[in-house]
Amino acid sequence: MDILSAYPAWLITHGAALLVVLPLLLGAITAILPRERLAWIVTLIVTLICTAAAFGLLLTIFGGETQLYKMGGWDPPHGISYVIDGLNTPVLLLISAMAVLCTIYGLPSVAAEVEPKKRAPFYGAFLIGVAGLLGMVATGDAFNVFVFLEVSSISTYVLVAMGASRDRRALTAAYRYLILGSIGATFFVIGVGFLYMETGTLNMADMARILSDLGGGSRAALIGFGFIIIGLGLKLAMFPLHMWLPGAYAYAPSFVTVFLASTATKAALYLMLRFTFTVFDPSFEYVGTVLTYVIISMAVLGMLLASLQAIFQTDARRTLAFSSIAQVGYMLLGVGIGTAASLSAGYLHLINHAIIKGALFFAVGAFWYRYGITRVEDFRGLSKMMPWTMGAFTIGGLSLIGVPFTAGFVSKYNLASAAASNGWWWAVGVIMATSVLAIIYIGRILLIAYFQDPPEVDGKVVAKKEAPLMMLIPMWGLAILSVVIGLNAYWMDRAADGAAQVLLLGVGG
Amino acid sequence: MLTTILENYHYSVVIILMMTGLYVVFSSRNLIKKLVGLSVFQTSVFLLYITIGKVAGGQPPILVEDKGDHHASLDIANKLAGADAKVGDYGSHASEIVYSNPLPHVLILTAIVVGVATLAIGLALVVRIREVYATIEEDEIDRLDYQYNLEGTDA
Repeated sequence: MDILSAYPAWLITHGAALLVVLPLLLGAITAILPRERLAWIVTLIVTLICTAAAFGLLLTIFGGETQLYKMGGWDPPHGISYVIDGLNTPVLLLISAMAVLCTIYGLPSVAAEVEPKKRAPFYGAFLIGVAGLLGMVATGDAFNVFVFLEVSSISTYVLVAMGASRDRRALTAAYRYLILGSIGATFFVIGVGFLYMETGTLNMADMARILSDLGGGSRAALIGFGFIIIGLGLKLAMFPLHMWLPGAYAYAPSFVTVFLASTATKAALYLMLRFTFTVFDPSFEYVGTVLTYVIISMAVLGMLLASLQAIFQTDARRTLAFSSIAQVGYMLLGVGIGTAASLSAGYLHLINHAIIKGALFFAVGAFWYRYGITRVEDFRGLSKMMPWTMGAFTIGGLSLIGVPFTAGFVSKYNLASAAASNGWWWAVGVIMATSVLAIIYIGRILLIAYFQDPPEVDGKVVAKKEAPLMMLIPMWGLAILSVVIGLNAYWMDRAADGAAQVLLLGVGG
Repeated sequence: MLTTILENYHYSVVIILMMTGLYVVFSSRNLIKKLVGLSVFQTSVFLLYITIGKVAGGQPPILVEDKGDHHASLDIANKLAGADAKVGDYGSHASEIVYSNPLPHVLILTAIVVGVATLAIGLALVVRIREVYATIEEDEIDRLDYQYNLEGTDA
């Protein structure tokens, strides 16, 4: 690995800790910086360093190494250890890379949406949220997960509420998210408490060992599992627990919406994978039952009902938010089937969906930035007014539907073939049906944007006004990436297969 | 059945508080009352953790400085436990003293901080909502938002 040799050694050996500590410390400093431009530069540098570290760690994973980073030199299970393996490193890279793109996008976007004196603290809260997400993905300690879950959630509540200067409904959306998010996190911590009663340890690897020695443990472990699934289900917007999501996505500043949509629910989904497959084991009777009957039925219901709801939204961002809930269903379907192929497909969809939804929300944010519109009916003639932005939106939309040669096609195809090889033809049918629904809700927006003329204001056709370059760069970066994945998914497949291997065989866990 | 409940009465306290908290969160339409319910719910979890740390007959897990004299630490442990509940003579092995598990307490210190932070953010949000909507009743807020959705303007 040539690239890896260019890395300073400390960035790899201490990368796991650096990913969390750096944004956490600098987040606090950024919040009190006097100038917003300075805060933006600090945020950009921190997220770039995190991305570099996560990329380096991913290269070591591809080189076949896993890492156990002992915080403060205390050995597990007594100390808190950070685990770097094939399962969480791609998610770490996803989160930090999305943070970089959001920061680039944020320069024009935050300036338009957040009041001047709140901008430096806004970036501070963002960095703390990044630290929380990276922490909950990197850590190997169950209680540490809760702490980071709350760190990221609390900063997210604040970030969502920052949308208030643009739409006052952001406040109630943030409040609803706070209530449900806290209940979710508290359910999670109750579950961890039950697991602690059963196993007497908080280290995940140690828990897994003791639970498998006990053959799944007593009723306490079962109850703990239930609480953890519900708690994480709330966080990742599993179908009936998704009520906080549409509001939070629709009224938060565009910057926050992109970041939330492409990282927060993904990190929670990673945790669900981690807990169901490596801490617990699908071979335990109750885990298998929950996967087959609860997770899959919720996944399928979510895919169908949320897609249907997406069709009837008047606000483009709410359409995309409901579509996110449906896409979470795809990932959960992959989790629920529980074979190597389906887990790999679900994991791939997790990453692909983050890229696709990132591009879509970036584009919708740019529409608002230029013309102040979010309603679908106001998108008339956008293909002529903002051709580049609309182009990125179109690629993202096609990818979301799952048109061949896009990222969405690869993961949906993998998922369908995994379901088919399991003999679950009805699941293939559901995937097809929801893709048709996606054609309707994305197609509706595209039709209005492409085949209607731009509106007239005061007798003049609204002028063409493209989004600023700082918005186009991250938007098109993601759009091009989704096409590249559609053409050649070798690295993605390799990462996803590595993750599935960790889940099923516990390699490096 | 009854003895099981009585033996585990601490759990019943936790369960009652937990259910009360959740019920208040879901049933009340006042934003402040919802936060009160949330706090009660979180507090019940603190109690759950603290009760599982207690070991029957266990002493506070405090290491006495004078490590050479085990009887000294036993004496202190006896004093702390009160004259009635004498710990008994464990011989010269201090490691045989039964200690309560301190870890859940430490965890809960963290969880309390998290709870306070959440409550603070929640209250701050309610203040802002009150400023903007001039009400903290959810029904009223929903009505205003619905009107806004229909007309695209403020009521």
